[in-house]
Amino acid sequence: MTLSCTNVESSTAGNADPAGRSVPAEHHPQPAGGDSGGRSLPARHHPQPANSSSGRPQGEPLQPVPGERRLTIAQALREAIAEEMRRDESVFLIGEDIGVEGGFGGAFGVYLGLVEEFGHDRIIDTPISEKAIAGAAVGAALMGMRPIADVQYADFLFECMDELVNQAAKMRYMSGGKMSVPMVMRAPVGTTNRGAQHGQCPESYFIHVPGLKVVCVSDAYNAKGLLKSAVRDDNPVLFFEHKLLYGSKGRKQAGNLDLTAYVPAEEYLVPLGQATIKRSGSDVTVVSTHLSLYRSLAAADELAGEGIECEVIDPLTLVPLDTAMLWASVEKTGRLVIVHEDTLTGGWGAEVAARAADECLFSLEAPIKRVAAHDVPLPFAPTMEQAVVPSTERICSVIRELCN
Amino acid sequence: MLVNDLETDQLLALYRRMLLLREFEERVYYLFLQGEIPGTVHQYQGQEAVAVGVCDQLSATDWITSTHRSHGHALAKGISARQAMAELYGKATGCCGGKGGSMHLGDPAVGMVPAIAVVAGGNSIVSGLGLAFKLRRSDQVAVCFFGEGASNEGAFHEGLNFAAVQHLPIVYVCENNIYGASTPYHAVSLVSDVAERASAYGIPGCIVDGMDVMAVFQAAAEAIAACRAGRGPILLECKTYRFIGHSRTDARGYRSKEEEAEWKERDPITRLARTLAAAGVAQATLSQLESEVTAEIDDAVEYARSSPDATPDQAFEGVYA
Repeated sequence: MTLSCTNVESSTAGNADPAGRSVPAEHHPQPAGGDSGGRSLPARHHPQPANSSSGRPQGEPLQPVPGERRLTIAQALREAIAEEMRRDESVFLIGEDIGVEGGFGGAFGVYLGLVEEFGHDRIIDTPISEKAIAGAAVGAALMGMRPIADVQYADFLFECMDELVNQAAKMRYMSGGKMSVPMVMRAPVGTTNRGAQHGQCPESYFIHVPGLKVVCVSDAYNAKGLLKSAVRDDNPVLFFEHKLLYGSKGRKQAGNLDLTAYVPAEEYLVPLGQATIKRSGSDVTVVSTHLSLYRSLAAADELAGEGIECEVIDPLTLVPLDTAMLWASVEKTGRLVIVHEDTLTGGWGAEVAARAADECLFSLEAPIKRVAAHDVPLPFAPTMEQAVVPSTERICSVIRELCN
Repeated sequence: MLVNDLETDQLLALYRRMLLLREFEERVYYLFLQGEIPGTVHQYQGQEAVAVGVCDQLSATDWITSTHRSHGHALAKGISARQAMAELYGKATGCCGGKGGSMHLGDPAVGMVPAIAVVAGGNSIVSGLGLAFKLRRSDQVAVCFFGEGASNEGAFHEGLNFAAVQHLPIVYVCENNIYGASTPYHAVSLVSDVAERASAYGIPGCIVDGMDVMAVFQAAAEAIAACRAGRGPILLECKTYRFIGHSRTDARGYRSKEEEAEWKERDPITRLARTLAAAGVAQATLSQLESEVTAEIDDAVEYARSSPDATPDQAFEGVYA
């Protein structure tokens, strides 16, 4: 086959298309030498939470109020995206099956209806090609766009680890602060009887990477406010959502939860780095996200009948992590349990436990406990699957043992 | 006067730029052996015609992505010898404040993303550059430099396929210097020319003599114009050769001295010098350029040496998560 430069002109027929803030450091070493006295170094884990612009007090359980506007997480995310796209021309969506007419509106329907308003220029359907999705998002963000990318299952993030870990996380630093990567990568987590490659909760892989922010949303109110903040953040944010918490689909699997929550009609933001207390209690602090959060709340209900009062906290963001709220709670309760659907070893609970031991050991009256998925790949059979991930019963049992 | 449609002045500018890249690299090699430059270096001697021929066509608002072998691209795109040298020395005055180093030279001021040192890393990122230009309806173009070894990475395929279906304004410039580190390309691909792979994506692919700066210049001109007109992306495969080893410890035992000698006969700098002489350019004119370049490199080395070291606490600046 002969290729010549004439191809440049001749074979393109038909190809035409007109077309940091500074925060106190606990984990960074004080560099030797240099004048660092009195200066606050940037840190991975200690945010200075900005004030929420919402009128609703953080930490108040989202109980239904008659006449309130209630949305599912999918609806809330859709609203957040539409509002941000209307506000800022540089926001666009990129992913698989997100804008196809007659298609799904993304794997879990979050984008349904958006293409009618924003068109295909700003809702970009890609090949099944996660490296291309993440790469295009990183590159466009470097050019000042604000992409919201997504993968259909969080398991597929492993297909684009280079783009996320080597590129997105490091570009601002490597460029000496001259460039930034304002992108959001959405990823659905959680086991749903689909076996080992469509149910993982891989958020812990990313908390290990300096340069990535990690958000886990579990209710509609915070999902909307956090996604809007993530879009406006000048740095890469991984945004993890649980498949069984989106809305009506999977309600039974999720334990017949009411998955709607109050979402005000007026605009609000929820800042990254601010945890929320879902239930107040005095005996044990339970930190959990996603579906495990609801199982922890169910456990708290059950244990209350036995005289054990759990304080259940949703950290909302794992990086930055609101340790101020967590340690204040531990100081009150003297006990700490971390519950997550990710596997035990090296899961984010290990980091929280290590930091608690480092920073509030003397508030503790008992060992720190983790309730996590057992260290096995996810099995398909529902009977085996539910034996692997944390159940309400297992959470109850651990807390009971800890408190008695 | 005109030589192959290029004015002598243009050719002299190309000649001077290639000399700058060569002299920079030769000095870096010496300074590295002297122990002045830390880390490792992947050098560009022999491939100058590619970076210079392509980048001469670009403005500062056009962007490039580069590789672990980034020095030549950086200088060709407009990063000063001072800023590049200081970065190699790990000085705060370097183009990345000392945080990038040899494998990550870059600067948004000249349109260069910090070089991506994971092979084919730029091939997926560059799609986003092109996508941003397309979404903004600007006539900017992105150029992705990569080696022939990158064409066996998944990112090459995913990036090129996505760019093709989106008709993005990207020129993919493969610098085929035959060896991925020590492994010859023919041992790792049954497709003899990387340009042939373009057909898999429905885009044009073109083989260019990468040792001839005028050939590169003209092929790049056509490709960039096509991209600006909405007919991208395009793949150019520049056949070239690195005169030195892959990196600092490479004794080049995997290739013959005869092969090296053959390629050195095609040295793009001496080749252009001969062309210029044949066109009547006085030797004194070329010597003058050589002196200027030597002075520029002397100045860059002095600047790097005399710049303050990056301080340990600067490692903690610019951290957000």
